[in-house]
Amino acid sequence: MAAHRCGLSLVCILFFSSLAHPSRCDTLEKANDNTATKRSISEVNTDGSVAGEDMNERQWQSTDVEVNRSDGTKNSETFTPAPAKDQFQEELVIRPLHSGDIYASFQFRTLWDTDFLQEGQKKVSHYRLFPKSLGQVLSKFSVQELHISFTQGFWRTMQWGQPFIPSPPGAELWVWFHHTVSDVDGNWKELTNVLSGIFCASLNFIDMTNTVQPSASFKPLGLGNATDHRFLRYATLPREIVCTENLTPWKKLLPCGSKAGLAVLMKSEKLFHSSFHSQAVHIRPICQDEQCTSKAWELRQTLNVVFDHYTSGQGKKEWSLFKMFSRTLTEACPLASSSKVYVDITDNPEGELFELSPATPLLSQAVVLGDRRTYSVYDLTRAETFGQLRSFNLLLRWKGDSGDMLRPLLHAERYVAGFGLQTGEIHTVIYNNHPYRAFPVLLMDSVPWYLQLYIHTLTVTSKSRDNKPSYIHYQPAKDRHRPHLLEMLIQLPPHSMTEVTVQFERALLKWTEYTPDPNHGFYVGSSVISALVPSMVAMSTNFTQDQPLFSSFVPVKEESSYFVRVYTEPLLVNLPTPDFSMPYNVICLTCTVVAVGYGSFYNLLTRTFQVDEPSPPLAKRLANFIRRIRGVPLLA
Amino acid sequence: MGLLSDPNRRKALTNLLTRLNAPICMVCYLAAIVWFMGLAFEPFTLRTYMSENAMGSTMVEERFSSGERALSLAKEFDAHKRKAGGMPMEWLVKAMQARGLEVFTQSFSRKLPFPDENKERYMVRGTNVYGILRAPRAPRTEALVITAPCSPGNSNNQAVGLLLALAQYFRNQIFWAKDIIFLVNEHDLIGMQAWLEGYHHTNITGMEYSPLQGRAGSIQAALSLELSSDVITSLDLILEGLNGQLPNLDLANLFYAFCQKLGVLCTIQGKLQRNDWDTAEGYTHAAQTMMLMVLKQACGRSWGDHGLFLRYHIEAASIRGINGFRHYKMDVATIGRLLEGMVRKLNNLLERLHQSYFFYLLPSLSRFVSIGYYMPAFGLLAVILLLRALDLWVNLGAPALEAVDGVTEAEQPSGPGVLTVLTPVVISHLTGVALYLLPVHLQEMAVEHFPVSETEAVVLTAVAIYTAGLALPHNTQRLLSGEGTEQGWKVLKLTALLYLAVLLGCTALINFSLGFILAVTLVPITASMTPHMPKALSALAMVLLSPAFTILYCVFIYQELIEAPVSVSEGWMLFLSVISQGILDHALYGSLVYPLLALFIYPCWLMFWNILFWS
Repeated sequence: MAAHRCGLSLVCILFFSSLAHPSRCDTLEKANDNTATKRSISEVNTDGSVAGEDMNERQWQSTDVEVNRSDGTKNSETFTPAPAKDQFQEELVIRPLHSGDIYASFQFRTLWDTDFLQEGQKKVSHYRLFPKSLGQVLSKFSVQELHISFTQGFWRTMQWGQPFIPSPPGAELWVWFHHTVSDVDGNWKELTNVLSGIFCASLNFIDMTNTVQPSASFKPLGLGNATDHRFLRYATLPREIVCTENLTPWKKLLPCGSKAGLAVLMKSEKLFHSSFHSQAVHIRPICQDEQCTSKAWELRQTLNVVFDHYTSGQGKKEWSLFKMFSRTLTEACPLASSSKVYVDITDNPEGELFELSPATPLLSQAVVLGDRRTYSVYDLTRAETFGQLRSFNLLLRWKGDSGDMLRPLLHAERYVAGFGLQTGEIHTVIYNNHPYRAFPVLLMDSVPWYLQLYIHTLTVTSKSRDNKPSYIHYQPAKDRHRPHLLEMLIQLPPHSMTEVTVQFERALLKWTEYTPDPNHGFYVGSSVISALVPSMVAMSTNFTQDQPLFSSFVPVKEESSYFVRVYTEPLLVNLPTPDFSMPYNVICLTCTVVAVGYGSFYNLLTRTFQVDEPSPPLAKRLANFIRRIRGVPLLA
Repeated sequence: MGLLSDPNRRKALTNLLTRLNAPICMVCYLAAIVWFMGLAFEPFTLRTYMSENAMGSTMVEERFSSGERALSLAKEFDAHKRKAGGMPMEWLVKAMQARGLEVFTQSFSRKLPFPDENKERYMVRGTNVYGILRAPRAPRTEALVITAPCSPGNSNNQAVGLLLALAQYFRNQIFWAKDIIFLVNEHDLIGMQAWLEGYHHTNITGMEYSPLQGRAGSIQAALSLELSSDVITSLDLILEGLNGQLPNLDLANLFYAFCQKLGVLCTIQGKLQRNDWDTAEGYTHAAQTMMLMVLKQACGRSWGDHGLFLRYHIEAASIRGINGFRHYKMDVATIGRLLEGMVRKLNNLLERLHQSYFFYLLPSLSRFVSIGYYMPAFGLLAVILLLRALDLWVNLGAPALEAVDGVTEAEQPSGPGVLTVLTPVVISHLTGVALYLLPVHLQEMAVEHFPVSETEAVVLTAVAIYTAGLALPHNTQRLLSGEGTEQGWKVLKLTALLYLAVLLGCTALINFSLGFILAVTLVPITASMTPHMPKALSALAMVLLSPAFTILYCVFIYQELIEAPVSVSEGWMLFLSVISQGILDHALYGSLVYPLLALFIYPCWLMFWNILFWS
């Protein structure tokens, strides 16, 4: 196995080199000069002054684009280097989904112009926009990169397509530590406990039994070309319930809190009245400019919600900001350098599918997840966005029936097969829906120790043929110490279904190891599938500052493919469970058995038997006694 | 134990047991019967109560009101079913999709080992359609299932209609914590088996099915709905599942609680509850209800679509709407509300149903007999076998004991050879294997040579082999070289008694009813059988109390209890169909009653038959 690993780790490194080299100024502070005409992201201002006056004018002509693109960007993007380098951006993307649901994605980006990982600058005491609670944590534990997400619900890839930033159900935390850290495990343990306090979540349940060090699946997304996975820690808590108590501390990290800007929309009674809720914090170091002369810390806070038009709209497909959030927008966050609302109108080029009001003259195009999308843009920093009522309430009215969605190119599902409480089989099914391109995916499975995997039963089948993974990294579990970790690089044939199966045996736990609700079952976290999926359109490798936040999170290395991470469902597995109402009965029974059964059997088995004289009757004994006293010979 | 370590007292005890063996056995047998009959007497039973906290105290409000819609959907379904001549797949898929479910289909096919004449099917081909209502903000780890069968003819249309109406209503609610799967299965149990095997990716019975595309995690509970009329007078709850498995009692309690709340008449075994327990009629009624449950459980088949779920550790029950001749009728909306309430409470579950009993008998819906109360009845019967075995053991050991005492007797022929005992045991079991294998495998040959259908061929072959086994003692004797000795039959009987005790004990642990019924008929003859009894009379008694006749009696008693008595010839036909159903249940769903009877109980009985003809 070791030789196999060494030989093939090269393949893996090649494959993920695209992720491992974000240092080449993937994220820039400065705007590019506008000579790059092939920019896939641009903002177009067709008629800035008469915004929303005429719907027809809003129609976006392809000929105008070419003309307007250059001057539009020139006009709007007169970027001046800020004197204070800290910066805050906020944005909300709304995408009407084909299923009729509404996907709302908030992104807040705070840039912090400091580099405390440099030698000699360990102490940072100046905080402006960046939350101090997180900054202190970063410097204390020498964190290189930190990603944490809390998700309630499961992202339905087949109905909703790919999310901007995927996350598994429950809590997920992965951290790259700086390479100077000597005691990574110690730092990790303390860090999880501190984060647990900050986010009011049960992250303190992360310990060595659910932490793994993936060798290839999680590469740093920011600066730093770390490939030594000894500094990486990854853990999920699939059982974590996310609710308002997690939302409040998350909101407090924002410079404006929930007082102004987009964050006023975050009312928990509405956010949690939805089909899917996910909030995340991503911290990573990035370059300040193209040459990467100075570095900055980026804090991205994302919140993704999917609203269900059936349940909240009583069957009517119509929504507005007020209906979704029970608030309207009145101002941008005063500290924000940009504050925008994007609405995805790609499927609605002629306005026949739905109608958006107020209309906006601003359109933007972005290549997101291998697809060129068009967005209506509402800039909250402009007064005219709010109209005369000083309030901005976006309204969307469906006219027609939305067509079928293109099947997402990659999706996966997982389930437990078999019945009974002794053995079982984990099936992971990965679909490649690309009609003619094969591509490799990296599958990562972390299975708790109490499911004892039979790794010799591991099979990978595509199109009913054996599909040999080109790279396998397997770390067996140690009972009560660490989980199984299985990573595989699998080539998915075009238009195929690949099934990965592995059998397991359910362990019998010690009675103190059961949860308070043992009959509920035990969770196994989601599998993670990371892949570079062939893109339909050329991805932009040329990152600029003015592109929307949602399209700039994962650095893109190649034009021909884009990075996707898919999480499968977590599993709920029943383990053999004793009847816990039984202890009393058991104690009674054992005591009885020990006292009566064991004692007498022991007695019976160890006693030596002798035939003894039958003792004379009482009268005879009395007579003999008297005779003995009298000195007369005894009776026979 | 001091009692046993003292040789004198031990001797006294064994003397007592051997001397009073027959009376003690008689008393035990009578006590067992009386105990069992007493179980139905209300003061001796416990009142049912909800054990599960998550379902007991939480408040649920039922608001389902689209009964009219359910009925119109049922009509539409009926029309499309007629047009398609089976499962109207396209329509159902569209109807479910329009209600916001994720819809999937599964096709399956199964060739029965021989034609099923009751349901007139041989090559079965069908499709299951199911829609998954995804719970908001739930990670697809838990699910509930509601099923309605797509039956031929006019039946169960209302069930499908109500299913769709419920789906539509449920889709608009926000409170779901578990995904809900709405399943319409074709060809009743075969379709259900195909779906369950597909969902759990197993193949136990050689079914061919297409793999499932959509899943929703581990299923926590399932309800099967059977409804064939627009209005009903009462709802019947069916609990008996495959191999006599029962769902957790809390599921029955839940049903009963909602029937009480909504004022719906509810029955079990089709029998209403009576309040006059202190009258003879009241007691008889409860006893009849309990006897019906015992008979149904003993036969080990699934009495509704729910029965197959139990193997997968999914608590399930069938609810059947009955339209009788009562004045008071309920509409579909009420049943919808009842189901809504039940599903909402199941949705509140934090753990699988496990708090209440899994082993129980129900003399009525509000009273139950737990395992601790009914097991003594069986224990008293099993004790008889052990007492007889002890008696034989002491008898066998007695000469040896005398030898120790120095009383030199004529050298006894040293204990019977292993062969003497082993031969009948092996031959009996080989007959059992033949009874298990031959009927299905020889059907073609039988059809060729005799003017019978395949089904008749199978059943009649089984009966023939069973009868042929009766000729066995003569053949066994021929195989043995020497004469059968007095000791020989005693050793054989001792073996057979212990064997039967173990068999019945294990059976009763899994399926009390089956174990008890077999014990009631087998224990008296096996306990008293010796070669010295009048041959003709005891042979007649043995045959009349053999396992096959037990089945025949059960058929008659069952018919009597469901108030549809049959004549002898009808009873005989029913008996034959019961045998064919038993064999089919084993082949299709993995029911274990037929192999148990053929491979173990019948050979065991043959061993006693051998003893009777010991020479």
